[in-house]
Amino acid sequence: MRAPDLLRFARDAATGNPLRTSLLVLAMAIGVAAVVVLTALGDGARRYVINEFSSIGTNLVIVLPGRSQTGGFNPGNAITNTPRDLTIDDAQALLRASAVRRVATLAIGTSEISVGGKLREVVVAGTNAQFVDVRRLALAQGRFLADGDWRRGAAEAVIGAKIRDELFGRESALGQRVRIGDRRFRIVGVMASTGQGLGMNTDETVIVPVALAQAMFNSNTLFRVLVEANSRETIEQAKTQVTEIIKLRHEGEEDVTVITQDAVLATFDKLLGTLTLAVAGIAAISLAVAGILVMNVMLVSVTQRTAEIGLLKALGATGRTIRTAFLVEAAMLSLAGAVLGFLLGHAGAAAIRLLYPAYPAYPPDWAAIAGLGTALVTGILFGVLPARRAAQLDPVESLAKR
Amino acid sequence: MPALIELSGIERVFLLGDSEVHALHQLDLRIDAGEYVAVMGPSGSGKSTLLNLLGLLDRPNVGTYRLEGRDVTTLSPEEQARVRSERIGFVFQSFHLVPRLTAAENIALPMMLAGIAPAERNKRVEQALKDYGLTNRANHRPNELSGGQRQRVAIARATIMQPAVILADEPTGNLDRATGEEVMRLLEALNQSGVTLIIVTHDTVLGARAGRQLRMEDGELRHDSASRGTV
Ligand SMILES: Nc1ncnc2c1ncn2[C@@H]1O[C@H](COP(=O)(O)OP(=O)(O)O)[C@@H](O)[C@H]1O
Ligand SMILES: [Mg+2]
Repeated sequence: MRAPDLLRFARDAATGNPLRTSLLVLAMAIGVAAVVVLTALGDGARRYVINEFSSIGTNLVIVLPGRSQTGGFNPGNAITNTPRDLTIDDAQALLRASAVRRVATLAIGTSEISVGGKLREVVVAGTNAQFVDVRRLALAQGRFLADGDWRRGAAEAVIGAKIRDELFGRESALGQRVRIGDRRFRIVGVMASTGQGLGMNTDETVIVPVALAQAMFNSNTLFRVLVEANSRETIEQAKTQVTEIIKLRHEGEEDVTVITQDAVLATFDKLLGTLTLAVAGIAAISLAVAGILVMNVMLVSVTQRTAEIGLLKALGATGRTIRTAFLVEAAMLSLAGAVLGFLLGHAGAAAIRLLYPAYPAYPPDWAAIAGLGTALVTGILFGVLPARRAAQLDPVESLAKR
Repeated sequence: MPALIELSGIERVFLLGDSEVHALHQLDLRIDAGEYVAVMGPSGSGKSTLLNLLGLLDRPNVGTYRLEGRDVTTLSPEEQARVRSERIGFVFQSFHLVPRLTAAENIALPMMLAGIAPAERNKRVEQALKDYGLTNRANHRPNELSGGQRQRVAIARATIMQPAVILADEPTGNLDRATGEEVMRLLEALNQSGVTLIIVTHDTVLGARAGRQLRMEDGELRHDSASRGTV
């Protein structure tokens, strides 16, 4: 049989039974659509997190007070486990490291801000002038905190976009005097709106010099020290230097945790990549189910078309021709289902992106291709048994069937 | 010149539970090219079994079948399919048309299976439609055709590959008298043009029209008009 004839014959056989055909195509389509949508969700989560992390800054080395315990709890170091303060002096000392370009301190707490009778709760972030560069933040108005002695600091504050709107409305915020906690500050700048994200949301934050924040919270320790390495290549070097300097300053004890943004990114990337794969695997189960459905429906079809198969043999069809015809039909149905599912899946992913614009729910290329491929392979694989059964039918008995 | 068909010592046994049914027993038969043979006998006497065997749809348990001098019992299934395609045409009592295909497509089916090019197919189908008075029914499906038209499509299909022999198992069994007569005339015209025609029928009047009558009983050939008296 010629290839075009084979295709036309299989197509006519498939369309000859619309219910059976649409059932099969739908089952396949759902399977492929599931793969496409679920991997779009999984990979979207990965992209989202990566994006957010990248927006925190580049070439970052982050210092946290306290040693992060790997391995089980050890009573021997339970005492030393109590972290030594990570102080402003520690942070300033890091500037000496050759691989370090900038250092930003961070002390975090909550307080109240009040102006002209209006009062609201705010997050207070204590830091220094380099923070805005390290974190790649932008200002909407005015300027950031002035460079100066980290242990003093002028009574200046930079406020978030939302706070500005709520406290000042149409009036200008710059130069206004506000009360934060029990101290008075002058507003020198307004942060550009950052919106909701994984990173720090500055919209509802008030930024003040770190020394004043520590005094406000009555604490000597820093929440984080953000260190920017000179370049991507020197991140590891910066990490080592930072660890060494702090260790020296803490009497030889490694009581801080130093992580690199790259490492965190890689961890998340791997974690969410694995998640996407797992999700794709689960979705692929629906494809296997569709494959079994293909097999059953094709087997029923062989039974229904027994007389026709007998006739084809009487007319000179070889077993091979009949096997091929049934396989082509199964492949055709699977392909149609896969293409439909592919389109449905992409429509679904597009709908998700429309509903949640921040969420980059794009199905990864490999998932779409794997989905299509798996559908075809399962369709053909599960089509083999029915096709062989058709080819092996006895022509005399088949012709006797009505 | 070798015979078109030569059967010798054919046995065909079916197992029905514990008992054996000898559908064909000690059968020897020789049919020359161009003959018109009617196979008659009561129901269950083995007529269809014989025809299926001749058409290579079935194999004997014992014995040899030579078609055009060649032993076809030992051929592989694929080779037998090729012989069916090129040398044998079937006409069935219940027509056996593919319901989703049009008359023209049904007629073209054996050529499509044989891989003949579409241009050649169309040419031959057009001629066949004309020969069998089906030109204005070409694009009708079987359920839109009368019984006589359906059997004409089936005959056109059986002859489209220009076979050496036509095997017809009660071709008029599902037709009224007048239509049956018309179908018989078509088949006989084919025989006159040189095709060997073997018809199974239990209608003695129809059977008498053939040049040679075979009578079967309990799987045995009881009478052959070509060999004067009982075998
Ligand atoms: N596939 C089969 N299995 C068992 N017995 C069969 C089969 N085919 C035919 N027979 C038996 O063989 C005998 C001959 O059948 P058949 O050739 O169909 O008779 P006819 O066509 O003359 O009526 C019958 O007894 C029938 O029951
Ligand atoms: Mg019969």
